[in-house]
Amino acid sequence: MTDLEDLYREIILDHYRSPRNRGELESPPARRVEGFNPLCGDEIVLTLLVDDDQVTDIKFAGSGCSISQSSASLMSSAVKGKTLDEVRGLIRTFKAMMSIHEASLEPAASGGSDEGSHDGHDGHDGHDGHDNGAADASGEAANGLGGLGDIRRLGELAALQGVVKFPVRIKCATLSWNALAQALDEIQA
Amino acid sequence: MATLIPAPLDIESLRKDFPLLARTVHGRPLVYLDSASSSLQPRPVLAAMEQYYETCHANVHRGVYTTAEEATARYEGARVSVGRFIGAPDPEREIVFVKNATEALNLVARSFGAATLRRGDKVLLTEMEHHANLVPWLMLSDQIGIELRYLAVDADGRLDLSNLDRKLDGVKVVAISAMSNVLGTIPPLQEITDAAHAAGALVVADGAQLVPHMPIDVQALGVDFLAFSAHKMHGPTGIGALWARAELLESMPPFLGGGGMILDVRLDRFVPADPPHRFEAGTPPIAEAVGFAAAVDYLEGLGMARVRAHEEQLTEYAIRAIAERLGGACRVFGPPAGPDRGGVLSLGFRDVHPHDLAQVLDQYGVCVRPGHHCAKPLMRVLGVTATARASIGTYNDERDIDTLIEGLTEAGRLFS
Ligand SMILES: Cc1ncc(COP(=O)(O)O)c(C=O)c1O
Repeated sequence: MTDLEDLYREIILDHYRSPRNRGELESPPARRVEGFNPLCGDEIVLTLLVDDDQVTDIKFAGSGCSISQSSASLMSSAVKGKTLDEVRGLIRTFKAMMSIHEASLEPAASGGSDEGSHDGHDGHDGHDGHDNGAADASGEAANGLGGLGDIRRLGELAALQGVVKFPVRIKCATLSWNALAQALDEIQA
Repeated sequence: MATLIPAPLDIESLRKDFPLLARTVHGRPLVYLDSASSSLQPRPVLAAMEQYYETCHANVHRGVYTTAEEATARYEGARVSVGRFIGAPDPEREIVFVKNATEALNLVARSFGAATLRRGDKVLLTEMEHHANLVPWLMLSDQIGIELRYLAVDADGRLDLSNLDRKLDGVKVVAISAMSNVLGTIPPLQEITDAAHAAGALVVADGAQLVPHMPIDVQALGVDFLAFSAHKMHGPTGIGALWARAELLESMPPFLGGGGMILDVRLDRFVPADPPHRFEAGTPPIAEAVGFAAAVDYLEGLGMARVRAHEEQLTEYAIRAIAERLGGACRVFGPPAGPDRGGVLSLGFRDVHPHDLAQVLDQYGVCVRPGHHCAKPLMRVLGVTATARASIGTYNDERDIDTLIEGLTEAGRLFS
């Protein structure tokens, strides 16, 4: 069951069971955006306070699977206190991580083998979440996508890289990030 | 008259007819519990389609050469087979081949509905409709302003028929699922149809889930329209059927326009062909029709009474085993096992999200479907956003249910 354990790493289960920053900030003044995954009905409501180019507070609400909920929780922890530029960089790196395996999976998947998803398997259990093999896992596959030092900088968020072996679940992981990107776009506009 | 109790289905040998059941995923045998979504195809269906393409493929209704005539005969022959399967009195005129049940229901709403209903006319639906039997009526409502009413689903997952007569007052069309794809509920269609007819309404039955799993006789049921899809009854994708009484089809305007559906065309007008061809514009799914006929032949060979007996028994086993082994942790939506329930098991397991359940089950080779099952209004009634749905087909047996429960137990351990 290594694939499954890779998907449902301890950090993910921990954030799912005890989500950080759950709830809603009063809006206004907080910026409020909604995300929706029509495939599975997952919904997310993101509220964030930006002060002087810095995310001073963020909360998420809604319902969804362990991947979408833990991703939102991890995301909220990661962006709180960061500048908007740092947040944009984080979004880029996270999205790059979410597409690395997707791209490299395709030829294997079309071969019809369910073994195809093992490429780049890191074999680490990733309990500490930091530097947990993200770099070596995706080394060859990355091909300049985002840069692996960046993924290393994702810290706990790197725990979500197991998701890319399960292509239909990528949308779950990126739901809250898309909402965040939308919020930043609205703030900039 | 002596009643013959048929011998039960020999599942072990039946399973050998389905090549896909020999597949393994993640090193485990495939446990296919998603037949409500789409069923698997037995070899005779695959062979019939291949044989058709290899020996006589040509476009239908146009050629005079031998293979074109053969292809036409196969296509029209399929119409008769499919019609007989549901007890149609006049299959040559009453079976319209369409893409799927969805298209059949759109055809009814767009052609029959738009031609006969007027602003303010009432259509009675239920809260448990698949979007395929809801959205076409909502679209018609947007277009011409018909009024939609709904029969409620009660706490047991059955339709609340307590004030059916009042609900039917002034209703012109009743459009209702013959079996819910979420709850397995099989409403008393004959009773509802009798009441509807007494109130002057016609009945459109969405048979997508019922037709594959039960003996059906449209004359005995008394419904006016019946829609179903081949792929849910061991046939290929890309074809389904609409049955309607011949005089109703006669009265209906064409749905799609094009070749094959006309008697004559001038630059300023056209004369539509007679049913069923009036509703079959363009080159039809010919090989699929051949496969559809092979599928109903296959089901007839098994015997629909035996299919139903097997699936009813297995549904009963599943509901009991889930209750015994998982207790209150696992909720099965819908009525208790019995004659008014089909083998659709929508599950809620603790507060584990259906997506996660399905993911863990996949590791056990178990195919179930997470989501709203194209019944979002019903999800709201049930107070959930999604369920994990395991659904039973002819080829399932108790081992499949045991593996399902094994996977659910693991999901419980993982997410506790
Ligand atoms: C009750 C019901 N009606 C209609 C449909 C639509 O069938 P299809 O997608 O084959 O058109 C389905 C299939 O999911 C169904 O379960």
